[in-house]
Amino acid sequence: MYHYLEKAARAQGRKIGSEALIENVSRRSFIGGVLKTSGVVLALQVIPGGVADAFEAYPTGAAGMPRGVVNDPHVFVAIDTHGLVTIVGHRSEMGTGVRTSLPMVVADEMEADWSRVRVIQAPGDEPRYGNQDTDGSRSVRHFIQPMRECGAAMRYMLEAAAAATWGVDQALCKAKNHHVVLLKEGKTKGETVETGTRIGFGELAKAAMSLPVPPREKLAFKKPEDFLYIGKGKTPIVDLHDITVGAAVYGADVRLPGMKYAVIARPPVVGGKVKKFDAAEALKVPGVEAVHEIEGFPPPAKFAPLGGIAVVAKSTYAAMQGREALTIEWNDGRHAGYTSTSYREEMVATARKPGKVIRNQGDPDAAFAGAAEVFSAEYSQDHMAQAAMEPPAALARIVDGKIEVWAPAQSPYGTREDIAKALEVPIENVTVHVTLLGGGFGRKSKCDFVLEAVQLSKKLGGAPVMLQWTREDDLQHAFYHTTSVERIEAALDKSGKVVGWRHRTVAPSILSTFAEDSGYQFNIEYGMGFVDMPFEIPNIRCENGQAFAHTRIGWFRSVSNIPRAFAVQSFVAELAHKLGRDPKDMLIELIGSDRKIDPKAAGMPEDFWNYGEPYPEFPIDTARLKNVVNVAAEKAGWGKTLPPGQGLGIAVHRSFVTYVAMVVHAEIDDKGIIRVPQVTAAIDCGLYINPERIRSQIEGAAVMGMSTALYSRITFKEGRVEQSNFSDFEVARMSNFPQKVNVHIIEPTAPAHYPTGVGEPGVPPFAPALCNAVFAATGKRLRSLPAGDRIDA
Amino acid sequence: MLTINVNGQDREFDGDPNTPLLWFVRDELALTGTKFGCGAGLCGACTVHVDDVASRSCLTTVGEAAGKRVTTIEGLSADGSHPVQKAWRELNVPQCGFCQAGQIMQAASLLTRNRAPSDGEIVEEMAGNICRCGCYQRIHAAVRLAAGGV
Repeated sequence: MYHYLEKAARAQGRKIGSEALIENVSRRSFIGGVLKTSGVVLALQVIPGGVADAFEAYPTGAAGMPRGVVNDPHVFVAIDTHGLVTIVGHRSEMGTGVRTSLPMVVADEMEADWSRVRVIQAPGDEPRYGNQDTDGSRSVRHFIQPMRECGAAMRYMLEAAAAATWGVDQALCKAKNHHVVLLKEGKTKGETVETGTRIGFGELAKAAMSLPVPPREKLAFKKPEDFLYIGKGKTPIVDLHDITVGAAVYGADVRLPGMKYAVIARPPVVGGKVKKFDAAEALKVPGVEAVHEIEGFPPPAKFAPLGGIAVVAKSTYAAMQGREALTIEWNDGRHAGYTSTSYREEMVATARKPGKVIRNQGDPDAAFAGAAEVFSAEYSQDHMAQAAMEPPAALARIVDGKIEVWAPAQSPYGTREDIAKALEVPIENVTVHVTLLGGGFGRKSKCDFVLEAVQLSKKLGGAPVMLQWTREDDLQHAFYHTTSVERIEAALDKSGKVVGWRHRTVAPSILSTFAEDSGYQFNIEYGMGFVDMPFEIPNIRCENGQAFAHTRIGWFRSVSNIPRAFAVQSFVAELAHKLGRDPKDMLIELIGSDRKIDPKAAGMPEDFWNYGEPYPEFPIDTARLKNVVNVAAEKAGWGKTLPPGQGLGIAVHRSFVTYVAMVVHAEIDDKGIIRVPQVTAAIDCGLYINPERIRSQIEGAAVMGMSTALYSRITFKEGRVEQSNFSDFEVARMSNFPQKVNVHIIEPTAPAHYPTGVGEPGVPPFAPALCNAVFAATGKRLRSLPAGDRIDA
Repeated sequence: MLTINVNGQDREFDGDPNTPLLWFVRDELALTGTKFGCGAGLCGACTVHVDDVASRSCLTTVGEAAGKRVTTIEGLSADGSHPVQKAWRELNVPQCGFCQAGQIMQAASLLTRNRAPSDGEIVEEMAGNICRCGCYQRIHAAVRLAAGGV
């Protein structure tokens, strides 16, 4: 047994483990013992009461994801003879609480007592578990249904096993709090009462696990009023205790006997190569054992490593010292001219010229030609790095041609596929164990650091090697949030009504990381607050101007929604100011009538991307959009008089099919520093599972929004990143953060308000709400992010 | 040969005395609760106590720690019952959890010196610890809660 698994087992069964652990406690020992079931068991009716209609199946984008969903309790649930229920968490935990929320759904439907449930992390195995790519705020959205089905099927099987044990009709067997209780007919017809006889899940485990999984039509789903955990917000995350005692296992925390530690010196310019290097001094550093060149791949190379020189040592520190002692000459390649200041000027110039038309509704040319006045503004943003507190790290080894890695991977199966492809081995020969992620924010969707570790282990004859990125590596070799210029123009008629809207976006595209760069963005980026702009304006045009990438562009929590919400929601407030209107009233008026926007009639592109969700079930619903605006405004006391130097700002944005509005209260202190005493947020994410974690996500989104709005920037000079650590890549600290974040979760008012995203949608509205608040407080308009936290008098 | 008392146990080290304490506890002692976040004293993820005072283990060398008492998150309490740890759980502070050991060690050190810190004193003490998930609101509240129990 590995040290890692031993440590896992010690931690009261609540540690990240592996499939092996699940097998140890579960079905292997049970499936052998076949219960003598009669045909009666499976022919029984659904429990009376009409609860089946409490949860109708509905389509989601899960069907379009690789390997879709799995709902088989034999895959996700194991029960031991003592009644310990083990539930597999198959999505990666990076702080959203998903490792708790989805197993909680299973436990709720199967009537398990949460205190007798443990959660174990699945390795990367999508054919077995369904899609595991934990990004796009999709986990609950896509897996609430299969997890409910899984739990309900498990409950059915437990009840069927009890019915066989007692020799009664299954309709008289009801799972309740980790037991199945025996019912009898009551005094009135159709009524049942408990007899007092019951059997524990542990006693039923062997028999229940040997039963076939019932088809969905046989399943009885719980009514919302019967939920034990869903929607209650009383379930702490499963890793809470381990985190507070330092026992939670992240990427760099796995230990194997004889493991080496390594760091890599990577080309300072993307696409650069080693011209020559001298390792003699590095090899003299005590503890340094080897120096190897790592093969690099210039973009577009998906997540392939950048290449460079790896130093392998007995300790991380020795490896770092060895890297310092390397002498390397680089060929910088074709991106050595990338300089942010001049690139910004080019983007601004491009945004002032017509671009490729992506959305066209009505006749914008006529609207602008006939306008009484045209109002325009430009908004820009620098690159950012995700800068999760855990820098990338991965452990790899190769034994008898079998590759095994431990990594904080957002997409463990994608990682496994990329390893198999890179090393040209069958995917069966690759195992990816998933540790906790010390933050992800999109960075750990990219498995370059895992591929580096595997490549290095191969060079070391398969020896276990922990590849550690430093903070400098993380900031200087990231897959960056794009840099952008968004220009918006509004055509106003004589009465001040907006009759035309033109939005031009210019930003290097994520697509350039995957394919030859056309300079244009693609439908996923267009779908993030650009072509889906929800205002009821008769003439709308959205254009994309070319911008070629000179670094690796990747996704950052909420992606293109950040610059789009910043531009659109700032522009609305600017327009309101120009027209002497209240910004909130202006916003509500622009959103217009209650309607579900028809993308085709609105001139949106054929390939309009609705976060991968089917549009009829997840439409752009302007009533829900306005509702979050109204709730946030009301709860924040919108319209109240504030002292000089203070102001309220409002913004709303739909992203990841969730609606979030924020009112930010800004205050300029006596030193001219922008402070945020309070944020009031309203979120409509449909049926909610874990409100306590929804609140924490929005609280955190406000803090990340503060970093984005005021502090964080990555800039390039001659192809090199100018920032190196948290000294110059600044993020919000406790010295200046949104002090109080009040989160109002909208109750779903219709069955069709299905669960939607939570991890990302809180970020986009913060920056515009803050900048609007700063304007209200000072009359100064911030149009370039990060804006800095100081307002000069 | 240097001797450092770590979590109540004398541990020996015969390498470069300039080795940061962080890598000694992580790589040599396998006490992985102490995290590497920046290596430059800028984020606080590696915070431990040296003679009861919060110290950045990425900047503190093993040589400097020799002969002193080092406490890591694993040694803060035997069973996670330190008032700061309890307050952290009570308020469900962590999201990803990575920075939390450093936050907890910093907060515990503050409360050892100052049993009733003001809001401003909490901010001043904790501003060196970055949480990228943005748990500051709850961290602040948890320090206040713990102050009642230290």
